[in-house]
Amino acid sequence: MSASVGGLQGEYLDHYVTEKPFDPQSIEALTEEQERYYLASQWMMMWWRLKRHRLAVGSGLVLAIMYFSILVSEPLSPYNLHTRNTEFIYAPPQAVNFFHEGEFVGPFVYGLDYRLNMENLKREYTLNPEKVDRIRFFCSGDEYRFWGIFKGDFHLICPASGGTLFLLGTDRLGRDIFSRIIYGARISLTIGLVGITISFIIGLTLGGLAGYYGGWVDNVVQRLIEIIRSFPELPLWMALSAALPVTWSPLGVFVGITVILGLIDWTGLARAVRSKLLALREEDFCTAAVLMGAKPRRVIARHLLPNFMSHLIASATLSIPAMILGETALSFLGLGLRPPITSWGVLLNEAQNINAVALYPWLMLPVVPVIIAVLAFNFLGDGLRDAADPYKTL
Amino acid sequence: MFRYLIHRILVMVPTLLVISALIFVIIQLPEGDYLDTYIAELEAQGESVSAEKLAHLRKTYKLDLPPWQQYFYWLGGLLQGDLGWSFEYSLPVNEVVGDRLFLSFVVSFSTIVFTWLVAFPIGVYSATHQYSWGDYGLTFIGFLGLATPNFLLALVLLYVANVYFGTSIGGLMDPSFVGQPMSWAKFLSVLEHLWIPVVVIGTSGTAGMIRRLRANLLDELQKQYVTTGRAKGLPPMRLLAKYPLRMALNPFVADIGNLLPQVVSGAAIVSVVLSLPTTGPMLLDALRSQDMYLAGSFLMFLSLLTVIGMFLSDIALAALDPRIRLQGGTRR
Repeated sequence: MSASVGGLQGEYLDHYVTEKPFDPQSIEALTEEQERYYLASQWMMMWWRLKRHRLAVGSGLVLAIMYFSILVSEPLSPYNLHTRNTEFIYAPPQAVNFFHEGEFVGPFVYGLDYRLNMENLKREYTLNPEKVDRIRFFCSGDEYRFWGIFKGDFHLICPASGGTLFLLGTDRLGRDIFSRIIYGARISLTIGLVGITISFIIGLTLGGLAGYYGGWVDNVVQRLIEIIRSFPELPLWMALSAALPVTWSPLGVFVGITVILGLIDWTGLARAVRSKLLALREEDFCTAAVLMGAKPRRVIARHLLPNFMSHLIASATLSIPAMILGETALSFLGLGLRPPITSWGVLLNEAQNINAVALYPWLMLPVVPVIIAVLAFNFLGDGLRDAADPYKTL
Repeated sequence: MFRYLIHRILVMVPTLLVISALIFVIIQLPEGDYLDTYIAELEAQGESVSAEKLAHLRKTYKLDLPPWQQYFYWLGGLLQGDLGWSFEYSLPVNEVVGDRLFLSFVVSFSTIVFTWLVAFPIGVYSATHQYSWGDYGLTFIGFLGLATPNFLLALVLLYVANVYFGTSIGGLMDPSFVGQPMSWAKFLSVLEHLWIPVVVIGTSGTAGMIRRLRANLLDELQKQYVTTGRAKGLPPMRLLAKYPLRMALNPFVADIGNLLPQVVSGAAIVSVVLSLPTTGPMLLDALRSQDMYLAGSFLMFLSLLTVIGMFLSDIALAALDPRIRLQGGTRR
């Protein structure tokens, strides 16, 4: 094949271009793993990162179990919340045994014998090594109203018929503390969540306004934060809860206390939001959104907030413990929740004096779930905070 | 520095004014006033109160004025050092309060000193021995202190102190010393009782302090000048103390602002449990019985304590770290 172009003559070289379709990215092709990494959403990467933090994952699991338990408190607890065992007042915890006189009989407790010590009028309980009360599983026991609606009497574990099962002892009315702790989780754990929601909303709004508008809005919000922060938290809570009308129902008081806890806790969050917004609003993408006519509300909510939502969630997780402890302290002082609403703080109210510590130390046991929940929230929050910035290399 | 000082003082005055107004609103929140409670009490005992006497009482205590006027009377009194009238004790608040305010101050101050003394060595150790067993253990203990409700720890320690050391229960000194003039023995007795509230209140703050000091020091230790120093053969202790530690010390000063409200809060509840003669228990009683001027004075005093503490920590920080006072001066 020959041709002449512009007077030059010669042979065409062989056609050496491959027939294959051209792939412009052949050089920077990604391995499958890299692709997965680059295509992953930010939340996905946070999750991968969090998974490496074993303590945080464990804590998250513990919290998940605790929060699941509040859905099924009734069947989970061996007794009803209000069951009074009048023959067993201030009974000590009964240990679970498996072997009776060297023989395996499965989980059981030894029955309690009660005697009133006539010298110091102390109630004395002794273990009766003859009375073997085998714990029943998947059984029917105390009646309850599941979620306050459905009648039922199914329990995961029950005492032997005619026997007792006080895993953590009883209180001054002979109520089983273990059951009451399980029921108490309902209030104690939700109060933190509801409270943080309130403080989240206030913190986002005020911090967002301050950071976005700057100027005098920022100044006012800053001063407000400073003032609220310089109040000692607990006395302020005390004063506000003392202001709740006595005529309110226990449920009303619960709502009131939650709102009070949330109203004071938002300052830290607002500060974080403000400082982030101050930096981010100078970015080009923000200017672009404004130029395209987005309203401030949309700019803040759609373009700015998602940038540091993960940080906010982490810091919110870290401030839930303060609320749980706050509720516990208020109820302990008798300014918080009132029976029949049962929270861990209300339970601890029973252990208010030195007698309880000396004579009935098991009345202090509701503090254990408080400690576990607070620790778990702290560890989970720490893990989330580390994971919140997945692009940061370790 | 002088400009910064003036600026801080100017900010502090309106802050305190707003706080006083807020406190007044809060103590006014419950319906009715102390007289209502008082009348209800008298009627429960079968006595009746004449309308004239009531009107007279209202007039003397200025309860018949609109709230904003009451507020200005209260504020005016505060500025002159007159804290108002306690209905429950029928005494001026100044006399009821007595040395409670001072004792509150003593407890808070000792707690902060305790927090520093404990947090400093532990923080340094944790940072220099990162990820060692000691680091993990100490961090965990710190967390445990953070997670345990103060009041319960107070109860347990009280019991332990009573059983093992024979310390008398409750109060800030042995009952035999109450009302006695200050003496060496009384001072020792106060010390003997003081450690429980101080340890209890301190635990929660210590954990946070340790973590911040550890994080700061770790950041500092990774910087190049430390590596250079080590490469040049500087002795480890000098390498640590000369620069990194100084840089990491900032949180100790800056945190008084955060620590103080926490300490004052903790002190309030712990002193209720331990029945210390400080402001906590009386505040609780006053809040319950709507003894508003007494409650208001306590809240005001506690807030004053934190505001002044924050002010001092800001000043100290500015004196230590020139970057801060420059920033404060130019930005505003």
